Amino acid sequence: MEKFTIHKGVVAPLDRSNVDTDAIIPKQYLKSIKRSGFGPTLFDDWRYNEPGEPGMDHSKREVNPDFVLNKPRYKDASVLLARRNFGCGSSREHAVWALDDDGFRAVIAPSFADIFFNNSFKNGFLPIVLSEEIVSKLFEEVEATEGYELTVNLEDQVVVTPSGESFAFEIDDFRKYCLLNGLDDIALTLKHSDEIAAYEEKRKATSPWLFN
Amino acid sequence: MAGKTLYDKLWDAHVVRQDDDGTALLYIDRHLVHEVTSPQAFEGLRIANRPLWRASSILAVPDHNVPTTTADRGNGTAGISDPISKIQIETLNSNCKSFKVNAFSMDDIRQGIVHVIGPEQGATLPGMTVVCGDSHTSTHGAFGALAHGIGTSEVEHVMATQCLIQKKMKNMLVRVNGKASEGVTSKDIVLAIIGKIGTAGGNGCAIEFAGEAISDLSMEGRMTVCNMAIEGGARAGMIAVDQKTIDYVEGRPFAPTGEQWEAAKAAWSDLKSDDDAEFDIVVELEGKDILPQVTWGTSPEMVLPVTGNVPNPADEADSVKSSGIQSALDYMGLTAGQPINEIQIDKVFIGSCTNSRIEDLRAAAVVAKGRKVASNVMLAMVVAGSGLVKKQAEDEGLDVIFKDAGFEWREPGCSMCLAMNADRLEPGERCASTSNRNFESRQGQGGRTHLVSPAMAAAAAVSGHFTDVRSL
Ligand code: SF4
Repeated sequence: MEKFTIHKGVVAPLDRSNVDTDAIIPKQYLKSIKRSGFGPTLFDDWRYNEPGEPGMDHSKREVNPDFVLNKPRYKDASVLLARRNFGCGSSREHAVWALDDDGFRAVIAPSFADIFFNNSFKNGFLPIVLSEEIVSKLFEEVEATEGYELTVNLEDQVVVTPSGESFAFEIDDFRKYCLLNGLDDIALTLKHSDEIAAYEEKRKATSPWLFN
Repeated sequence: MAGKTLYDKLWDAHVVRQDDDGTALLYIDRHLVHEVTSPQAFEGLRIANRPLWRASSILAVPDHNVPTTTADRGNGTAGISDPISKIQIETLNSNCKSFKVNAFSMDDIRQGIVHVIGPEQGATLPGMTVVCGDSHTSTHGAFGALAHGIGTSEVEHVMATQCLIQKKMKNMLVRVNGKASEGVTSKDIVLAIIGKIGTAGGNGCAIEFAGEAISDLSMEGRMTVCNMAIEGGARAGMIAVDQKTIDYVEGRPFAPTGEQWEAAKAAWSDLKSDDDAEFDIVVELEGKDILPQVTWGTSPEMVLPVTGNVPNPADEADSVKSSGIQSALDYMGLTAGQPINEIQIDKVFIGSCTNSRIEDLRAAAVVAKGRKVASNVMLAMVVAGSGLVKKQAEDEGLDVIFKDAGFEWREPGCSMCLAMNADRLEPGERCASTSNRNFESRQGQGGRTHLVSPAMAAAAAVSGHFTDVRSL
């Protein structure tokens, strides 16, 4: 997994609440058996004027100029600013893969759906919860200033604005540790193999039907 | 000290180890796998040269991509016309073969939607932890199990370690007091719950559904309710074990037998919240207040009784919400104030892991019997949740009722719930659907979905517009 320490990047504002995973990456692209290549189809229905299918050359499709991510000023954005309950809907990790593949490293919102939130950490992608109030303020600043950048400092758990204002965010110690070090959590869990095996033996004795 | 909730008990029984910050390794008893979210996980194992921790915990089935027409289903995977879908299903087959995983192939009568076949086979048992790379895994909580949807990295993690890294969620109780009215189904109950708590209402929580209206439900009805816990933002939904649970499980292929069955039954009797258990959040509804529901917007919380009128954004003070209503109306092609029961439909879909079990098909058949699909409805389809459900329905003659009324009777799979196969809405088409998500383009690009119960879907099919099934 890619490490996440400090990231500074242009912010793109996606001003809608309840952005669901079907919108982030439509189902037709889930037929891929790969983990990469989802970037060009991120927000596909909003991004292009015509429906897309897997296997198309997406660079040749007509883009919807009104969609915020298509505006030239957000072309190089790597931090997404969103409203509440971002990532609701399905468990598809393809949503995170698509954001990551399109160059995003972090998303800021007042709240996230649980599965999306969880999936993010597995991919070196940081979901940051800030209050509704701060998020609204950031929306205003981003929209008012072309090239607006935020610095996300994971070590210190702060988001810093161009004027130097900083907002603290919470993160679990374990997740922070994995992100900062780019650790593979399967390897970490397998260090506890003995405990897992011991648990299994105990359960087999009391509830053998779970192992049929 | 307060007693334990059902969730507390399930959690405690599965913690392998817990760190000081509360992060735990939670042991997983049953892992259900389908073709869409597993290929990258198998690939990850292969790259890292890791074996499965316990292959026997896994049951795999293709469901999302499978075609539902009999013509396409005759030839196994060779009959799948979409080459990319075909690769995905073949990839599942070959992964299961090389990792020695128990899998039902596409032409096995036991094939079906993963959340239908788990309980049907008795692979989902009370007291288990159940995971699947699919958000509607919450369905299995109907059995007093702790069931989570997980992402693909977690699928790989569970495959390799039999554990999930988790922090304990909050306890939320949703109690539906008293009896539900005649003609009001489990789907109406859960839609009303989501209308009340909102799609983020259960974020960070495990929801226990309780109250007379819930315990009155059959196991099928309970699965419908737990299935949609995720639409209320909760990763897990659950219902206490009672005699109905035990009766449903008994005799199923994966269920214990003999002495083990007796021991299991005794253990399962404790799978309920203690009387003095405390919940972090409690929400109550009155069963008698719930009417047949219809969603009007692009989120499951945008729901109203069939007797209602489409809302007016001007009546909403919060500007974010007001513009949300406006954009939903624009997308759905509806006008503020329009009566729900005057909304005309183009297609009807009866199916999905929410509502494709035998009881759902029976409920729809009662309404369809002796009636005809209205002339403005271009397609009305019934897609059983599994081959076994389909067979049972045929044994009961339900297929004939549907066909006589003008419905198409299809092969099992996810079908138009998410339209990954050929079953889909065209732009602008409006559908009465028994599935669980009315997101933009969920059932096909530009398609407009209204979520309803099977009886309400059948009523809409024969009327050509939404109608209160109780008045038919
Ligand atoms: S029926 Fe729909 S919601 Fe259920 S598993 Fe299939 S696609 Fe997902």
